[in-house]
Amino acid sequence: MTHISMTVDGVRYDDDVEPRTLLVHHLRDRLGKVGTVVGCDTSNCGSCTVLMAGNSVKSCTVLAVQADGSDVTTVEGLAGRDGSLHPVQRSFHETHALQCGYCTPGMIMAAVDLLAENPDPSDDEIREGLEGNLCRCTGYQNIVKAVREAGAAMRTSGQQVPPAKPAERPETAAQEVTT
Amino acid sequence: MTVTEDRSGAEVGRDRRRKEDSRLITGRTMWTENISLPGMLHLAILRSPMAHARITHIDVGPARELPGVVEAIAGRDIADIQGSLPCAWPVTEEMILPDYPPLAVDEVRHAGEPVAVVAARDRVSAIDALEAIEVDYEPLPAVLDMEAALADGADLVHSGHGTNKCFSWILDSAEAGTGDDVGRAEADAEVVIKRRYLQQRLIPAFMEPRSVVVDPTGEQITMWSATQIPHILRLMLAMATGVAEHKIRVIAPDVGGGFGGKLQVTPEEFIAFAAARRFGRPVKYVESRSESMLSAHHGRDQIQDITLCAKRDGTVTGLSVKLLANMGAYLGIVTPGVPLLGAFMYNAIYKFPAYRFDCTGVFTNTTKTDAYRGAGRPEATFAIERTMDELAAELGMDPLEVRRRNWIGHDEFPFTTVAGLTYDSGNYEAATDKAMELFGYDALRREQDERRQSNDPVQLGIGVSTYTEMCGLAPSRVLGQLRYGAGGWETASVRMLPTGKVEVVTGTSPHGQGHETAWSQIVADELGVPFDDVEVLHGDTRTSHKGLDTYGSRSLAVGGIALVNACQKVVDKAKPIAAHLLECDPADLEFVNGQYQVKGSPGAAKTLGDCALAVFTSHDLPDGVEPNLDADATFDPGNFSYPHGTHLCATEVDTETGRVSIRSYVAVDDVGRVVNPMIVEGQVHGGIAQGIGQALFEEAVYDADGNLLTGTFVDYLLPGSPDLPDFVTARTETPATDHPLGAKGVGEAGTIASTPAVVNAVVDALRPLGVSDVRMPCTPERVWQAIRDARNGAHEGGERS
Ligand code: FES
Ligand code: FES
Repeated sequence: MTHISMTVDGVRYDDDVEPRTLLVHHLRDRLGKVGTVVGCDTSNCGSCTVLMAGNSVKSCTVLAVQADGSDVTTVEGLAGRDGSLHPVQRSFHETHALQCGYCTPGMIMAAVDLLAENPDPSDDEIREGLEGNLCRCTGYQNIVKAVREAGAAMRTSGQQVPPAKPAERPETAAQEVTT
Repeated sequence: MTVTEDRSGAEVGRDRRRKEDSRLITGRTMWTENISLPGMLHLAILRSPMAHARITHIDVGPARELPGVVEAIAGRDIADIQGSLPCAWPVTEEMILPDYPPLAVDEVRHAGEPVAVVAARDRVSAIDALEAIEVDYEPLPAVLDMEAALADGADLVHSGHGTNKCFSWILDSAEAGTGDDVGRAEADAEVVIKRRYLQQRLIPAFMEPRSVVVDPTGEQITMWSATQIPHILRLMLAMATGVAEHKIRVIAPDVGGGFGGKLQVTPEEFIAFAAARRFGRPVKYVESRSESMLSAHHGRDQIQDITLCAKRDGTVTGLSVKLLANMGAYLGIVTPGVPLLGAFMYNAIYKFPAYRFDCTGVFTNTTKTDAYRGAGRPEATFAIERTMDELAAELGMDPLEVRRRNWIGHDEFPFTTVAGLTYDSGNYEAATDKAMELFGYDALRREQDERRQSNDPVQLGIGVSTYTEMCGLAPSRVLGQLRYGAGGWETASVRMLPTGKVEVVTGTSPHGQGHETAWSQIVADELGVPFDDVEVLHGDTRTSHKGLDTYGSRSLAVGGIALVNACQKVVDKAKPIAAHLLECDPADLEFVNGQYQVKGSPGAAKTLGDCALAVFTSHDLPDGVEPNLDADATFDPGNFSYPHGTHLCATEVDTETGRVSIRSYVAVDDVGRVVNPMIVEGQVHGGIAQGIGQALFEEAVYDADGNLLTGTFVDYLLPGSPDLPDFVTARTETPATDHPLGAKGVGEAGTIASTPAVVNAVVDALRPLGVSDVRMPCTPERVWQAIRDARNGAHEGGERS
């Protein structure tokens, strides 16, 4: 058993874990963070994607001990404390970017990371950026749209825009759907 | 057709954002895997490494000794209670229905078949302990090739039955009196096209692996399962194990996709059920992706020999289909019925005068096949749409022109087909015209010509697919004629709460389709209540005791009608109460926008909520009126519904590398009246993606010993986001005439239509090079090989005369 300490969705957890325990199993089985799911055993599907120190990782490819000392964000920690949705969550809802929703937690986390890296991605860049996340339901078209629109919303609101790319595209922002 | 117009309300037809989403986007979803119970044991399953073998020795004892392990059992330990897995569709009286023990007892017949189970305090200990189980196998010959399996003296999958032929089933229009004789059509034909198409084996690959939790400690044994069919599952558990039906409760919580793959009653569910009963403790089993690929049922896997007879003007005079359908090693819930669903669809949208369908089901030492999105209908549609293109090529005609010469005109509905179905409505002209316009058909044909002239290494191909399908499964009477073990009705009930809020219980069981949203829209319109005042309950036999679940694009086209009818009953029941409150004669009342008002004087009015409260208190009800507004309704459709559409695909095919890329894709679908266009479009997108998966990427492959070579997402290629284009989707709307909603079903349409559209486009690009077929999936290697074979003069895709 190895002692580890990590912050998950703003809460610190201290645990003794088997060295071979995967981060995803630690999150699900020990911490009760069942919002993050497992879709494969070959690290191909991306269902288990979380943010570790702000970067997306497939949590089935990381050992819990490797996450010792890290700050982990799962889909459960994305919304504000008041329940206000993250722009990516909101746009997944608005653009119908999910059906069964099983790929969704991982897809959303991968999209959050993608937009942090590239706040104004082209559709091709979005498709390439989400290559590691499989969805069997949607055909991806609405996911691409969701990421595009979330990017526009985030640029307009100034949320999480890295300094590198200050460009604004007000015409895209105007398309943001509100129903 | 006109009835539907009156029902247009504020909600139906609107792009309502989904109610389901809030839990799914925040990680508060209740997947079966998330369920944990006090004292729960975790199961791991040892699976056969061989395709066919006798178990000569098995000892689970050593596993029991390991830390964390509580129990370990082999097939014979639960042989008395595990039951035999059921097949609900014995398609003929003579069909061979082999015994199907959930946990193998003395013989294994496919790689991945369960042979022993370990129960431990945690999942890792259970999995670790599998290695300690001792099993000796005596290998038996593996039967893998369908044609070899049917040859005299072939090795047998089920030696006790003396043959690998499961059944044969024939539909002949001359014998059935629905058309002419195909033999004569062939004798008289000016053109005969003969082709063999291989429907490769596919894996449904829903994203949520299957899992099951069983709690045997209550008065009812409760099973949570990632299933599409909680109601059928309960019934089958009862019938197959002898546990009384009322002592079983089945719950399908949030379910992460199914596509037919979770339309099954699985060995794993039965094993968990038996294990929980034997141990007297809750158990949980969660499959890994590899286990899912290996042992959850597969789809397709058919060999189609097609003979199409025609005149030189393009008029088809007859169609004959000889089909071999791979059952796998055992029969699942509807395994033998899948090819039969295709039997009625080979004639598609066309007025073929003669038709014969001759199908043989074959056992092999492979994972069983069963329903996968479209189930029988994609296979049929692929074969006929590919063959219509071959006919067009043979005659030097435009593929759309050949179709036009044969399809049913919009003014010819209702139309009884050569397969004996009556299509109620459709407008193939309208859908095709719209698709051609959105696609820019003529301009693309011109560009294709230019590229052909200039010998461009990247050729352009245009693929056409004009499809229909039978949806809304199904009229119970027809299912009975086809020897299916259940009916095809669906049920719904409406509960009026005292505050005017509404609970709706449906017998459908969604797993991504958005029923909670769409059903709320329907109820909002029917009862005149706000969308948000409706709660849709489903997937728990305690709440929803009756239903036939979700598959076959049936939920809206059948379950939606039950819901409308139940709402109508509520409106009728509340009427005397409203009249009493308004002190008028019920006959003077009309129900408009959720209010009962006196005809001609809309001033005084009572809402359904007013009536619900009056019923709750019951202080002052009219004499003899039961204090209850709740109602339920069960709808048995009189006919199938027949969505249709035209899909056009443009591919660019690199003749040097064999690489295929989809340049544009247009889908115009006619799914009748639409409740939520956003959801419908999503279904079309996802359906097209899965059909493209079959055309270009996916194939389950076994090696010569019967080991699955494509057992992970590394080897079995699901389309990823960079592999797919944006789809242009549009609709025409010809309402179903058979019921008040006019909806036809949309779940399978995209998958049915897209596979032939893509492959037709690939072949069209290569036709000048002499290629007339490319086997699916059309990988770069296969395309390249087809080009090379054509250049070397080898014949692809069968003879032509
Ligand atoms: S679970 Fe599939 S990539 Fe992690
Ligand atoms: S929404 Fe079902 S897998 Fe993506």
